[in-house]
Amino acid sequence: MSDLALWGMFLAVGLGTFAMRLSFVELYGRWRIPALLSRALAYVPASVLAALVLPAVVYPGGQGDFVFDNPQIPAAIIAAWVAWKTRSTVLTLAVGMAVLWGFKLFAS
Amino acid sequence: MTYRTGTEAFVHGVRTLIPLTPGVIPFGLVTGVMAIEMGMSPGMSMGMTLLFYSGSAQLVALQLLQNGALPVTIVVTALIINLRFIMYSASLAPYLHHLPRRWTWPVSYVLSDQSYALCTLKFSSGELGRFAHHFYAGTAVAMWLTWQLSVVAGVYLGASIPQAWSLSFAVPLSFLALLVPNIRSSASLGAAVVGGVIAVLAIKMPYNLGLVTASLGGVIAGLLIENSRKKTLSRTSTDDVEREVR
Repeated sequence: MSDLALWGMFLAVGLGTFAMRLSFVELYGRWRIPALLSRALAYVPASVLAALVLPAVVYPGGQGDFVFDNPQIPAAIIAAWVAWKTRSTVLTLAVGMAVLWGFKLFAS
Repeated sequence: MTYRTGTEAFVHGVRTLIPLTPGVIPFGLVTGVMAIEMGMSPGMSMGMTLLFYSGSAQLVALQLLQNGALPVTIVVTALIINLRFIMYSASLAPYLHHLPRRWTWPVSYVLSDQSYALCTLKFSSGELGRFAHHFYAGTAVAMWLTWQLSVVAGVYLGASIPQAWSLSFAVPLSFLALLVPNIRSSASLGAAVVGGVIAVLAIKMPYNLGLVTASLGGVIAGLLIENSRKKTLSRTSTDDVEREVR
């Protein structure tokens, strides 16, 4: 992608995100959020994040080819357990990476 | 606590945010490192960070760029991830809308998950008094600085990190650390499971449209589970009422 296209993409996301952050502060009293929409929005983070994590873990090449000796799968399962128990970003990252490196050392 | 001056409220806001920074800095570092590994210049990486000011959307955009997704797909996906800001905006609007635009526009730009989480309950309880928006601005500006500085640190570390460290795996791990605390009910668990499974199955869809499809599928699953649980609940309670009437 060209630099110009990249800047265009950044600007589009930036302006769109700013519009969403400002939306109700600016429109207060003039527009109310529909009930179904606000209920649906509550499920956006869980759904989008899971849709990002699972393929990135299952397909290490990013190309959609399943491989059997993939140390990312056990590393992600253990990291998820750590995230569940501790709710700590630092520990989740540290344990997940350590398990991945451990498996790679063991395999080589 | 009520404050005598705006500055006092602002400083207290900054202090309230500081304990949250250890959770933010690793994300910023990973984001900066990824941008450099994608071949972006430091200036471009920071331009992206200033314009987005949204870590999850930025990491997703970087990952999609790496997969060769269309710019339109990247913009749509990043904006879907940021839809939650509409909810935050609606929830904070009663306490911010009366301010002049030289306040509302900047404080909207610096709205983040962290400062929303810190301020929403304090706003609605009224405990902050008439300098509540100064307190909010303190948390939001401190968060903004923490984020920008940790991305800068990542940008300068980026070039010196060897490929063999497989640091790209830190991206799904970061998402995992965000995802797990988001699962609070069977409906959000359903949304995550359906979204994740569709994304794995639909990986071969062109232009990364699998991600958008999976996200919508997950949201619909969450709504359906919530509805079916509500029905069971209301059915049992009407049964109780009928029993009492008899």
